[in-house]
Amino acid sequence: MISLAGRDILHSWGKYAFTGLGLGLLIGVTLSMAGIYRGMVDDGKALLANSGADLWVVQRDTLGPYAEPSSLRDDIYRGLLGLPGVARAANVTYLTMQARQGERDVRVMVVGIQPGEPGEPRYLIAGRQIERTHYEAVADASTGFQLGERVRIRRHDYTVVGLTRRMVSASGDPMVFIPLRDAQEAQFLKDNDAIINERARVLANPALNRPGVPGLAETLSRSQETSRMVNAVLVQIAPGWDGEQVADAIRRWKRLQAYTVAQMEEILIAKLIATSARQIAVFLMILAVVSAAIVSFIIYTMTLGKLREIAVLKLIGARNRTIAGMILQEALGLGLIGFLVGKTVATLWAPYFPKYVLLEPGDAARGFVAVMVICALASTLAIRTALRVDPATAIGG
Amino acid sequence: MKMPRLRRILLLVLVIAVLGGFGYIVARTGPLAAVRVTVASPERRDLQPALFGIGTVEARRAYAIGPTSAGRVKQVRVDVGDVVAAGELVAEMDPVDLNDRIAAARAALERAGNALTAAEAQVREAVSRQELAEPNARRFSDLRRQGFVTQEAADAKHHEANAARSALAAAQANREAARQERARLLAEQGAAGKLRANLQLRSPVAGVVIARDAEPGSTVVAGQSVLRLMDPTSLWLKVRIDQGRSAGLQAGLPADIELRSRPGERFPGRVARVELAGDSVTEEKIAQVAFDALPDGVALGELAEVTVRLPAIPNAPVLPNSAIQQRQGQTGVWLLTGEGKARFQPLRFGIRDLDGAAQMLDNLPPEARVIVHSTRELREGDAVKPSEKLAGGRG
Repeated sequence: MISLAGRDILHSWGKYAFTGLGLGLLIGVTLSMAGIYRGMVDDGKALLANSGADLWVVQRDTLGPYAEPSSLRDDIYRGLLGLPGVARAANVTYLTMQARQGERDVRVMVVGIQPGEPGEPRYLIAGRQIERTHYEAVADASTGFQLGERVRIRRHDYTVVGLTRRMVSASGDPMVFIPLRDAQEAQFLKDNDAIINERARVLANPALNRPGVPGLAETLSRSQETSRMVNAVLVQIAPGWDGEQVADAIRRWKRLQAYTVAQMEEILIAKLIATSARQIAVFLMILAVVSAAIVSFIIYTMTLGKLREIAVLKLIGARNRTIAGMILQEALGLGLIGFLVGKTVATLWAPYFPKYVLLEPGDAARGFVAVMVICALASTLAIRTALRVDPATAIGG
Repeated sequence: MKMPRLRRILLLVLVIAVLGGFGYIVARTGPLAAVRVTVASPERRDLQPALFGIGTVEARRAYAIGPTSAGRVKQVRVDVGDVVAAGELVAEMDPVDLNDRIAAARAALERAGNALTAAEAQVREAVSRQELAEPNARRFSDLRRQGFVTQEAADAKHHEANAARSALAAAQANREAARQERARLLAEQGAAGKLRANLQLRSPVAGVVIARDAEPGSTVVAGQSVLRLMDPTSLWLKVRIDQGRSAGLQAGLPADIELRSRPGERFPGRVARVELAGDSVTEEKIAQVAFDALPDGVALGELAEVTVRLPAIPNAPVLPNSAIQQRQGQTGVWLLTGEGKARFQPLRFGIRDLDGAAQMLDNLPPEARVIVHSTRELREGDAVKPSEKLAGGRG
């Protein structure tokens, strides 16, 4: 038996291919939109996974360190290390800012880490980990920084010694890792003018600058200029301990807030990126509906354009099943081409998005099923019209 | 319905392109794709471990010059940057009534001198009286024995002699008191003079003025500094080194000093001292590093990066530090197996150098292929594909 659909497609394959291509681009856009949504959620998850922590210990009554500001004294980690079930604990600071590199500046999240402790980048794609305790940095490759380059962060220049990837903040800003001490300074030490003004303010205050107590004002100024604060303590739990159990002990006895991975994920995804993710999700739905409508219309008009040929088929005695099969096969073929092209272009242009686009295989599979179902449904409409055609139109017109 | 050959070929090319592109993408991304990695093998080389710290330029010997009692500054004779000699008068405190008190003391001393002269004269008079009264008494005693004078007259002369002796003793005591009074006043005058000298602030050493903390007319309390001096040849660096990375720090080790004002220039130095008392708050050890030759124009408080070189470890097995991973509480590396899979190998590491080489403490065969960089976090059994380089850049 000859394939009617195949014959028909080959007859005007150029038109068919271009229709498929156009459809593919539309499907590609839809897949990309799904990818953008997934990427957003994944940015949040990557942030949690990359910190390598089982617990986040933050200031009490805050949702820190990502969703709300949190600050802690930097010696708290010593007390945490003494708790049962805590294997490792390390201070960490987060600061979103513009880092200068030559002429341009890049929006980054500066992470202060203790080299070799939780919080440091888990894998590198080039270079090495931080080895000096000052003025070295490991940057996410999406910052565009190169190995050996000098980057200015607040008061100091840092040498980029390593590159990593997929280390981003919840809002997708690439991370730059620098030693903790430098990060504390970058975060809390003001510019020179502010420091000098602050000193003058202390000196002008008669309660602080007392004539009988020389040196008091200077000591006060000095204590204002040093910072012993961090944003969170990352805790790794010893094998065999339950995260919630350890978190409970920290909340109860240390009077600090502690979040487990699940709670942190909840905070990030349900609170921090909730609105923007919902925004994308709604747009994705609309795009999916519009795509479905366009696919249906394309198939419908494609059939309408062939009404005369269908009438001829009917005239020569083709069965309804044969005609319906032809239209269905053409529609599914179009869907298949569209999906292949769509998936391909979505993957090809994904890296050019400034933020991460995650094309999940599951989404692709669901997209494929959806495209096929939509094509099949759209073809039923077309089939109904085709079957109602009067064979007489083939000769009458 | 035969198609022209050209169109048929075109169609074929198009189909192959779409399918090929899709196939390529499925293989390169998604769950089927292998993780791209770079690998390295352990190598043996001399490891030059080093410690890195931040230091500030300080003077080993700095002097704060100020009064020992509260007072008002009368004059300050030098300014910041002036070179002063040892013992040079650099500032003076207002003596207020001290000069008057010295004058009073001087007058009292003179009076005491006069009193002493008077007492001495009295002694001489008493001596003279005694010299007259004693022979008289002896003579009357002889005359009484021979019966020429009455007993009463002899007794009177005897009394005169006794009185003259007592008067001499009194006069001598008076003279002693006057002498002591004069000594007391002399000492007092000396004290006032010393007090006066104490108000003159003198440099204890030859040095340079680094701060002028008080101006004439301002009041300072005891111990507050008016001027601060330092010995310009005694500049060194107070270096803070993270405790966690300070093993092996000791006096005598060579160091490279990079001043913030002169980036790229390295000055040789040496660890002069390691302080026993570290900083428990910042978790740092403190060491003093001295320049081998003091560069010109070094300013106090200037920031410097100091690299202290530890003794080299010859022929050590090393791996790049980016290969070191933590997995379930174990330190180790990912190995690339013959089947192109990743396998975790627990491994202990020792000393690291500042360029990212870490000494292996456990043995790893030299032909082992260790994963150094990867495009994502590895899991046991991940398919990996070694490549030359994962990202651009020099290195």
